[in-house]
Amino acid sequence: MEYFVQQLINGLTLGAIYGLIAIGYTMVYGIIGMINFAHGEIYMIGAFIAVISFIVLGAAGITWVPVMLMLVLIISMVFTSIYGWTIERLAYRPLRGSFRLAPLISAIGMSIFLQNYVQLVQGARVKPMPPVIQGGFVIMERADGFVVSLSYLQILIIVLTTVLMVGFTGLITRTELGRAQRACEQDKTMAGLLGVNVDRTISLTFVLGAALAAVAGVMVTMYYGVIDFFIGFLAGVKAFTAAVLGGIGSLPGAMLGGLLIGLIEAFWSAYFSIEYKDVATFAILVLVLIFRPTGLLGKPEIEKV
Amino acid sequence: MTAIASHANARPGLNVGAMLKEAGLTALVALALTFPLVGLRTVDVGSRLTITTRFDEVLISVLLVFVGRIGLILTREGHALPVLVVSLVVAVAAWFAPLPSEILRVITIAGAAVLAIRAVIAVRRDRSTLSQQERDRAMDRLGARVQDAAMWIGPIAVVFAIALPFMPFASRSVVDIGILILTYIMLGWGLNIVVGLAGLLDLGYVAFYAVGAYSYALLAHYFGFSFWLCLPLAGLLAAFSGLVLGFPVLRLRGDYFAIVTLGFGEIIRVVLLNWAVFTGGPNGISGIPRPSFFGIADFDRRPPEGEIAFHQLFGIAFDPMHRIIFLYYLILVLALLVNFFTMRIRKLPLGRAWEALREDDIACTSLGINRTNIKLAAFTIAAMFGGFAGSFFATRQGFISPESFTFIESAIILAIVVLGGMGSQIGVVVAALIVIGLPEAFRELAEYRMLTFGMGMVLIMVWRPRGLLAHRDPTILLHPRRSARQQQADSEAGA
Amino acid sequence: MTAVPGIPLLEVEHLTMRFGGLVAVNDVSFTAMERQITAIIGPNGAGKTTMFNCLTGFYSPTVGRLTLHRTGGPFLLERLEAFRISQQAGVARTFQNIRLFAHMSVLENLVVAQHNKLMKASAFTVAGLLGLPSYRKAEKQAVELARYWLDKVKLTKFADWEAGNLPYGAQRRLEIARAMCTEPVLLCLDEPAAGLNPRESGDLSELLIHIREEEKIGVLLIEHDMSVVMSISDHVVVLDYGRKISDGTPAFVKTDPTVIRAYLGEEEDEELPPEVKQDLPEVAEREEAP
Repeated sequence: MEYFVQQLINGLTLGAIYGLIAIGYTMVYGIIGMINFAHGEIYMIGAFIAVISFIVLGAAGITWVPVMLMLVLIISMVFTSIYGWTIERLAYRPLRGSFRLAPLISAIGMSIFLQNYVQLVQGARVKPMPPVIQGGFVIMERADGFVVSLSYLQILIIVLTTVLMVGFTGLITRTELGRAQRACEQDKTMAGLLGVNVDRTISLTFVLGAALAAVAGVMVTMYYGVIDFFIGFLAGVKAFTAAVLGGIGSLPGAMLGGLLIGLIEAFWSAYFSIEYKDVATFAILVLVLIFRPTGLLGKPEIEKV
Repeated sequence: MTAIASHANARPGLNVGAMLKEAGLTALVALALTFPLVGLRTVDVGSRLTITTRFDEVLISVLLVFVGRIGLILTREGHALPVLVVSLVVAVAAWFAPLPSEILRVITIAGAAVLAIRAVIAVRRDRSTLSQQERDRAMDRLGARVQDAAMWIGPIAVVFAIALPFMPFASRSVVDIGILILTYIMLGWGLNIVVGLAGLLDLGYVAFYAVGAYSYALLAHYFGFSFWLCLPLAGLLAAFSGLVLGFPVLRLRGDYFAIVTLGFGEIIRVVLLNWAVFTGGPNGISGIPRPSFFGIADFDRRPPEGEIAFHQLFGIAFDPMHRIIFLYYLILVLALLVNFFTMRIRKLPLGRAWEALREDDIACTSLGINRTNIKLAAFTIAAMFGGFAGSFFATRQGFISPESFTFIESAIILAIVVLGGMGSQIGVVVAALIVIGLPEAFRELAEYRMLTFGMGMVLIMVWRPRGLLAHRDPTILLHPRRSARQQQADSEAGA
Repeated sequence: MTAVPGIPLLEVEHLTMRFGGLVAVNDVSFTAMERQITAIIGPNGAGKTTMFNCLTGFYSPTVGRLTLHRTGGPFLLERLEAFRISQQAGVARTFQNIRLFAHMSVLENLVVAQHNKLMKASAFTVAGLLGLPSYRKAEKQAVELARYWLDKVKLTKFADWEAGNLPYGAQRRLEIARAMCTEPVLLCLDEPAAGLNPRESGDLSELLIHIREEEKIGVLLIEHDMSVVMSISDHVVVLDYGRKISDGTPAFVKTDPTVIRAYLGEEEDEELPPEVKQDLPEVAEREEAP
């Protein structure tokens, strides 16, 4: 029981991170119908910028945690967004309306490029980070001394994700941008004719997705305390799986999918085998795509004849 | 044309303010991109991470972007000639001048080259960019020319490949690189069946390569089977795994299919990595037997009692090169086999159905073509060729581990197919020479290999989504060849 | 409703297709006869293309039975997989937004249409790989059939062109030729005259009459161009909002008050869709012409 609760907490934390990345996939897929294969790399860049800004801020003497965290989040989101924007501008926009696999291949190229770029400029070794937030609550204690704990960091991750999700849902459902975005999802030509700036809307979608991935990057940096240039690939595939599981194109679906994937991974590692935890994710991806390609909350697609 | 030209030339002055603003904005973006990641480098000092700064590199990159953008604007505004001259001068200067880092040199030269190409186009056409259609048509003409040339380049290339090991410059390393390139050509040709002909983006092709390699290694390890027995078995096992994996996923849409094949590729790798008792886990399998000379003789200096060695069989002096050259011919034959198969099947109903499927799968269904079976055939056949290549890889290396079968390997093979031109056999050869051959030739730039490679994929997609040399000739003609081409060309000229 | 005499080829019974809450086709029944051109007309959104998609297996109908009578049959189309509808039942179709294999040559388009036949002849590729004469002969025959249809649609000269480079009207004709190369018993055409000029639609009418008279097969035709419909059809079925509102000979349908009401609207009915209005003068013209 205690062990179970602990895994539940760990899984939820992990799931929150996956969910934030998954939103980027799902939004981009919704609006231009492509799998942004480089999105995992965006998240990795977010994590690197987080590490760099932690060190710089530390050196500058800004060590009070709330301020530091706030600044790191902002810096990371801003710079990562610029990466997201540039990638769309250079690698995807020229391919809009091209044959259907071209953007995906371009995205794979972009992903390889970014991975190697970061490796080249930041080095191939793992980057360790001293913990920023320590401590937590003890929730339960088993007779044999096994302690179920909920760290402050986990609370922060879950709270921050929830806040972002609420704010984000508001952004999509209530604002002009959200309306433009949903209009572009339905019919880009028509939206354009009605005065929606389609290019700008798509750019903003990439910027928003990148900003959320950056938040995930910051959190993962603090949570695991080590990152390297290769973390984007697996996290990307898992987040994509989350997006597909929840129903690609659906925002609540992405979050739900993220949580499920996080939980599955935590429990699988705890009760079955830690080596095969990635196989579990891939297997879910394959099974969902084969048996329920619309995901849990997605709308069915009809083959257009 | 004249209207456009006069319009371009009619622009009196240049709005310097607007130009500087545009270039400045671009430079600002470049600054934001490079400042944190290039300018601030994390390094380990003791057990702590610290930062070293490299603002000089940031500054240079930003300057390059700024100047490059100004060049682009000038080209666009009809001042292409000076831009051309300056960019050529810069390219030459960057080649010789002392620059702080090698990567900077590469970027400068590449940037200047792109600018120069654009300027040339601008000078010739009075516009700095071509429309997608014009580009396609120009590249298609190139592709057609290459295709025509392939009629005689092909045989020459084969003769050259056969003669290579006996050329005066053919050192061991040259033949080794030849083997490597041929392996990738074979893999490229194999994947071309799925991606180029059937239009299915397979991101997990390396899985079948792995199945082939491990089939041979394990069969040899546990049962002592010989290479010549295992080669067909490995192909069969890979084909079977293609069949099993393909069956559930082939009804998925294009991009989902791609992701699922990637998933399968990773599952197979993770299983190989973790099933240690059977596959040796991360340590892999070593001591994989080398191939014999068709089961008749070995390539050993001193063969075991009662057996005969290759050099004894032919009464020549022992030379370790014999085995290398034999491996070289082996992969050459395997690769040519795949090529022959593909050329042949393109003219058969199955091959035509693959291409039709790539063009429009709904129309295929309406013509009574069973999509699933056709796709499955492509997937299985390609998997079989991947399996052959895999078992060759195992016997050549003598050692395999899951490290050799990562996603990057799939991406490299895919890039060879995509860069060369989907469906183009000669394109695969050219792309393999570039992707595999160039980095081998310029070892000092090896760390930039994957970087340029990713960049190359993006650029090729943006420039020509169907790949550099993509061009297809009809597989069957009603009228004699020449007149058909001529007619089409006439109509295009008229249109 | 009047009965149109003939031997039944396709029987549609109580066909209904729902998408969520939307009923696109609502309890439609009619019979298409052998060696007749049956036209399905109706305003946009009446459910014509949806019905075609049910017939050719791209949608599986919510309710209904679709029976095709031919030797070796009858075939229940709603139970067949999409590709078997062409392969076994012999129903071929064209598409409203032309679906050619654009980067393949015109001749190749027609040879691909004979895939199943050639696949057998190549012994599922084995004989073909070995280059056996039996396969070569089959391929030659396939090319002959293709040439026959190229002549019929006046595209022989363009046989080796990329299909996507043909002008629009030629692409429409090629799509019909490709469907005919599957050697069907029923040919379903989805707006074949759309975008054609008057001369081209005249040629199309001739081609369809040829298919009926010489190939002796049934044709199912969705068309807005009333000049084509009324001049060549043997039988007209009128749909409106997914329901069948009239069924009979062209002469009957033209004068059927329900049809006139659907096209012209009732007097108090003001919100007539513009595309229906476009069709109106033609209906009126036709009525006066003979």
